[in-house]
Amino acid sequence: MSAIICTDLCKYYQQGDSVIKGLDHVNLEIAAGSFICLSGPSGSGKTTLLNAIGGLDRLDSGQISINGERVDLLGKAALADLRLHSIGFVFQAYNLIPVLSARENVEFVMQVQGVSATKRRQRSMKILQEVGLEGMEDRRPAQLSGGQQQRVAVARAIVSQPKLVLADEPTANLDSKSMEKLMTHFRELNQVHQVTFMIATHDQRVMNWAERRIYMVDGQVTRDEMQDP
Amino acid sequence: MAARRRDAALGLSLRLAWRNIWRQKRRTWLTALAMIFSNVLLVFMIALQFGSYEMMINNSLRLFIGQAQVQRAGYHDEQKMRLSIPDVADLAASIRRELPSLSAAARANAFVLLSSKDRSFATRIVGVEPAHEPGLSTIPGLVTEGRYLDDPTAAEIVIGSVMARNLKVATGDELTFLGSGRDGSFAAGVVTVAGIFNSGSADLDRSLAEVPLAYFQDAFTMAGAGHEIALSAGALDDVPAALEVLSTMLNEHQGLVVLDWNALMPGLKQAIQADMSSGWFMYGVLIILVAFSVLNTQLMSVLERTREFGVIMALGIKPRRLALLVLFETFLMAALGLLIGVLLGAAITGYFSTAGFAYPGMEDLGAKFNLPSVVYPSMDLFAILLGPSVVFVFCLLAAIYPALKLYGLKPVEAMGAV
Ligand SMILES: Nc1ncnc2c1ncn2[C@@H]1O[C@H](COP(=O)(O)OP(=O)(O)OP(=O)(O)O)[C@@H](O)[C@H]1O
Ligand SMILES: [Mg+2]
Repeated sequence: MSAIICTDLCKYYQQGDSVIKGLDHVNLEIAAGSFICLSGPSGSGKTTLLNAIGGLDRLDSGQISINGERVDLLGKAALADLRLHSIGFVFQAYNLIPVLSARENVEFVMQVQGVSATKRRQRSMKILQEVGLEGMEDRRPAQLSGGQQQRVAVARAIVSQPKLVLADEPTANLDSKSMEKLMTHFRELNQVHQVTFMIATHDQRVMNWAERRIYMVDGQVTRDEMQDP
Repeated sequence: MAARRRDAALGLSLRLAWRNIWRQKRRTWLTALAMIFSNVLLVFMIALQFGSYEMMINNSLRLFIGQAQVQRAGYHDEQKMRLSIPDVADLAASIRRELPSLSAAARANAFVLLSSKDRSFATRIVGVEPAHEPGLSTIPGLVTEGRYLDDPTAAEIVIGSVMARNLKVATGDELTFLGSGRDGSFAAGVVTVAGIFNSGSADLDRSLAEVPLAYFQDAFTMAGAGHEIALSAGALDDVPAALEVLSTMLNEHQGLVVLDWNALMPGLKQAIQADMSSGWFMYGVLIILVAFSVLNTQLMSVLERTREFGVIMALGIKPRRLALLVLFETFLMAALGLLIGVLLGAAITGYFSTAGFAYPGMEDLGAKFNLPSVVYPSMDLFAILLGPSVVFVFCLLAAIYPALKLYGLKPVEAMGAV
């Protein structure tokens, strides 16, 4: 059974006289445990699609269901709960909370979820080590480089092992080595814990990791192909 | 599990709130400073006002009435000559003896027609004990022409300045009075004006005339009786305790009652409070200004964090928690202002409550009306906490609007904001 089914998604932005097509009749089926890369030129609708699936943004028309549940029909509070407990987000701009340290940023969601302090600490330390930020746990975002902040944001998204990770340019600021390390980690989560990944990227190297590649242009899916990673 | 989750979340919110308010150190301190300043001012002004109430009540009572009086039951409602206290001077003396903390002076009242060469007026005349009256009333010290009564039996009279003007008399002139004695008989006499007082109370200056009690008793066939014993305990707070002891002492005297100042002058307290109510308007303005400064601060701080709040909401945190965060931030700021303001305000009030605070310009006025020129701010908890608590509540109320703004936030739009 498919984890995510998108049917005829449309999202238009009125810009003066012209209409910008964020999403234009998008149909997708994404099996649970997929490892998908989303690519396409800038402005093609990748972020819009991820936001729609994550229930962050309302659509003009179309249906999205995750595990049989109609996300597009959920209320604000139910959407918030869905995001809190089942979805990990990595935003295009890393968007950390500036007054919290790297570790506290990673623990933030777990804390709201009600995970105990010892467990939180254990998990956050482990994940920060895995993304290569050992020793920087107590730094505030302002004291970290762009790539380091990026990795904190990734750590925050995956630390509580959500069923679905929506990552928007998670490797944009990373060198090849860090990128490889991160993708290895993603792949492992995907294979060991069946976490579904949707990664929007411009990076050919990242695309090579995917088992399915979806291309978008002007809000439409133009190519959708399986590959051996 | 649910409880632990709530605790953890509460701790998180408080910690976040605390860090957040220090992101803009200067703005937070400026806002807190506005609270501190108004709190200090409110603590001091309200304590001073409460202190003034007490002083004004006391001064008003000390002019003539006294803080309490012993009377025959019913006399206060209808001043009939025969509702008298037998051997009133002896009873006053025994009160002074048994209760050394009390000042006591015997008095008798009659309504007469008082006439000078040219004019006549209906007025009250009071028989007083010249030796004890100064312990109770400030009138003896307010005689501006001539002197106060000294001989307990002399045919002398002391009158108010307005009455003197109305009767067109000066010290040394003679006045005749006509009235009826206790037994209903005709009472009349001729008295010499010994002194004229100027109390500052138009009512007393127009209508009060004092003669020695023994002379009064003689003229009105009182046979040693009088109508009231005026009492003073010093501080108003000491009155109830003293009256309690006095009541038991008076048990053997059938039909006598003790009336405290509230019974003697109902409405005095309200009148004085109403008189000073303009102060409350100023306090209200001050509080509203502080509330607006909080509103402004929190609105700015919410607006400039739109993006951050968008991210937090995108992570699945509900607006309710963010609204709570903003309230927590305000709470912490207001608590800071409250704590520092109350401590500072209490310290200043405490100093003046022992040293006394002289209103600028009060010295002259005080000297003129024989009144103390300094006010002692009231150092009680209610007076001190009243202002700051109201400021605190209004600051929290002011944060409701910025907090509510979060409910309208859409994560994607908010994240796009700079
Ligand atoms: N709030 C908005 N108002 C108007 N147009 C918008 C808005 N958000 C997105 N768009 C437009 O919708 C289209 C899709 O945007 P989207 O952010 O999904 O692109 P993207 O594929 O993520 O691009 P990039 O690779 O640069 O991140 C773009 O043309 C963009 O200009
Ligand atoms: Mg994008």
